Amino acid sequence: MLYFENWKIALICAVCALGVLLSLPNLFSQSFLARLPNWLPHKQVALGLDLRGGSYLLLEVDVAAAQRERLNSITDNVRNALRDANIGYTGLNVEGDAIVFTIREPDRIEPARQALRKIDPDLTVDIAPDGSGTMRFSTVATEARRRQAVDQSIEIIRRRIDETGTKEPTIQREGADRILVQLPGVDNPEHVKALLGRTAKLTFQLVDTTVSLEDARRGRLPPGDEILPAEEGRAGRSGPAAYVVRKRVMVGGDTLVDAQPTFQNNEPVVGFRFDAAGAKRFGDATRENVGKPFAIVLDNKVISAPVIREPILGGSGIISGSFTVQSASDLALLLRAGALPAPITILEERTVGPDLGADSIHAGAVASIVGVVLVIVFMILFYGLFGVFADIALIFNLCLMLGSLSLLGATLTLPGIAGIALTMGMAVDANVLIYERIREEVRAGRTVLSALDAGFKRAFGTILDSHVTTLVAGALMFWLGSGPVKGFAVTLSIGVLTSLFSAILVTRLLIVTWLRQWKPRAIPI
Amino acid sequence: MRPLIVIRRTPKIDFMAWHKVGFAFSLLLTLTSIGLFSTVGLNYGIDFIGGTLIEVRSTTGPANLADMRVKLDALHLGEPSLQGFGPPTDVLIRLPRQPGGDAAQEKAVQLVRQALGTGVEYRRVEVVGPSVGSELIRAGVIATVLALFAIAAYIWFRFEWQFGVGGMVSTMHDVLTTVGLFALLQLEFNLTTLAAILTIAGYSVNDTVVIYDRIRESLRKYPRMPFRDLINLALNETLSRTILTVSTVALAVLALLFLGGPVLRGFSIAMLWGVVIGTYSSLFIAAPILYYVRPNRAAIARSGEAVQARAPGAP
Repeated sequence: MLYFENWKIALICAVCALGVLLSLPNLFSQSFLARLPNWLPHKQVALGLDLRGGSYLLLEVDVAAAQRERLNSITDNVRNALRDANIGYTGLNVEGDAIVFTIREPDRIEPARQALRKIDPDLTVDIAPDGSGTMRFSTVATEARRRQAVDQSIEIIRRRIDETGTKEPTIQREGADRILVQLPGVDNPEHVKALLGRTAKLTFQLVDTTVSLEDARRGRLPPGDEILPAEEGRAGRSGPAAYVVRKRVMVGGDTLVDAQPTFQNNEPVVGFRFDAAGAKRFGDATRENVGKPFAIVLDNKVISAPVIREPILGGSGIISGSFTVQSASDLALLLRAGALPAPITILEERTVGPDLGADSIHAGAVASIVGVVLVIVFMILFYGLFGVFADIALIFNLCLMLGSLSLLGATLTLPGIAGIALTMGMAVDANVLIYERIREEVRAGRTVLSALDAGFKRAFGTILDSHVTTLVAGALMFWLGSGPVKGFAVTLSIGVLTSLFSAILVTRLLIVTWLRQWKPRAIPI
Repeated sequence: MRPLIVIRRTPKIDFMAWHKVGFAFSLLLTLTSIGLFSTVGLNYGIDFIGGTLIEVRSTTGPANLADMRVKLDALHLGEPSLQGFGPPTDVLIRLPRQPGGDAAQEKAVQLVRQALGTGVEYRRVEVVGPSVGSELIRAGVIATVLALFAIAAYIWFRFEWQFGVGGMVSTMHDVLTTVGLFALLQLEFNLTTLAAILTIAGYSVNDTVVIYDRIRESLRKYPRMPFRDLINLALNETLSRTILTVSTVALAVLALLFLGGPVLRGFSIAMLWGVVIGTYSSLFIAAPILYYVRPNRAAIARSGEAVQARAPGAP
């Protein structure tokens, strides 16, 4: 135990030096680091949002709502398919995750099954002998859709956030249908939240002028029509509170290639441009319906319903509807970024202002430094020279911890700082175990060498056992914890590992060197 | 350079004479904790029950809590709680979970911002919807239970099952009484507290393992010593280590408690309690339990011989 091969000494020194080198950047400002030569490490510990200030949002993609909407649109196809095949049915409706219906005549069940199967290969069609049937998506298809919806949402959220000019946002998937958004430096996320909360599904639909709103409301809604409310705050200005529109979409917002806020008659409006396919469809639709109004629908609300004066063939247009400058530019942004495939809800929001972050760093740093100094003094009081050795190892341990955190790109949070302070107190436990053992061996009358040797050897098993139990707790916290708990688990676990190295190897190397240089006759302990 | 403070002799404290008092005291403590937990309950933070937490700093001198309370009460957002937090300018506002799902929580924050106006600066806003909270509680309970079992399994693997039982009982005791302390003092129980509890579980076992290690060693060394004396010997031999380690960890925790800022206060209180109770339980619960579950001395002595046979040079 008391002999080190040269390569081991070199390795231990190299690891310590590396730890110091990797942790040093944390002491300097960014601007100073920028002037250093490239071969020196520059990476600092990444600070969590609770320390640097910023906004953390946990979003959930409402996949079920998207599926319900899709089922709703498929009921139209079901209606058409059954009507085309001359099959009588009743009670066609969406219930939960299924379309339900009843076929009137039992002998028409088989043709009905044939007709319905053609609608979508992902749908399973089940019709019982009494005629009651259901159609639902297979588990595989639902799962694929969920994944696709979340992926798409991440992409669109990223585009929307990028457009707001937020620096270094992090957007990542969390679990099956959640998205974690981190916005450093944002201390009032109201605007971002407003942008993320909107699906921004834009459609152009014809207004049905053959029926009045009152009649439609009284139940005389023509098949294929729907009643859509006017956007809030605009109803008073642009006429009716709701419109009867054709369900069939003339053109969808997915064919837009650009949208910009602009002005028309001194009013803020949004100008947009279709891609080639969209332009053609919009051109055709407007040519066939000159003189009729069409509705510009955003998230199932009618923004405005202008009358088509002439065919619009150029592939571009303008949406007006009593916007403010801000709301026009927001709508343009949303249209450029695209519609979310499913509505999004904000499950959790945590925003920390920059002042609190700075205060937390300060308090955490002061507490850690005071803690370390107290432990250092304590060790010297109780172990004298050996306490100094333990303290040197402790400082290397601190460097190694900071260095590993910088190198791994781990995020340091406030609980993480608590973890550092705590490990500093726990790290010397290994030294205490070794030293107490040495004391016992000295008392038992051993010589210097054999007491030291036995002390290290016998304490090792105990040290390993006691550290593993802490690691078990750390691993579980990392696995099951979220946010702050994870940050704490990371520093605690790294601290346990580095303290194993420093307390056992570094201290031992120091003691061995001392033995060789001074050849003491007694152990000062 | 010699140490200034030296513990010269191995103490000869009869710990086992006190173990029944310890058991009774711990039983009382644990039952009280469970009782408090099920009657008074924990003061759950918004991490677990959902709701809104807003930390504001008055930019116009010390905060006027009464005035703020009037403004917030006028919003009818349930019963807002206001409390000073750190310096006199800072106030922590808690709103209960708003009826109407996740969007309603967001709306409440906007209302508060409007009501408090420009005289304050927002240091922290946390909104947790109802759905996340229940998941976090579940994950927290699972993590704690798994930690207890994983630790017991590790001790079983390294020692004998009797030691695993002792380790688990004493760790459970530490965890339950920490929860009891939080119920008694009505300190906020949040995610950081949960981290503290898991750390306490890890730390308490750390202490226990050191003592068990010594008991096992003594079982091999003195195969004929009465078990009661043997436990006492092991506890006394490791006592100075126990005290020194508790002290260094406590020093670090005290630094956090007094200097780490108000956000870490709950964590530090939990840790301080855990360090003290963890040490106590290692001495008065974990070790004496072995006296009752009786590890197989013959087997341990045999495994000791095997170890020595493998390392003949070992002194």
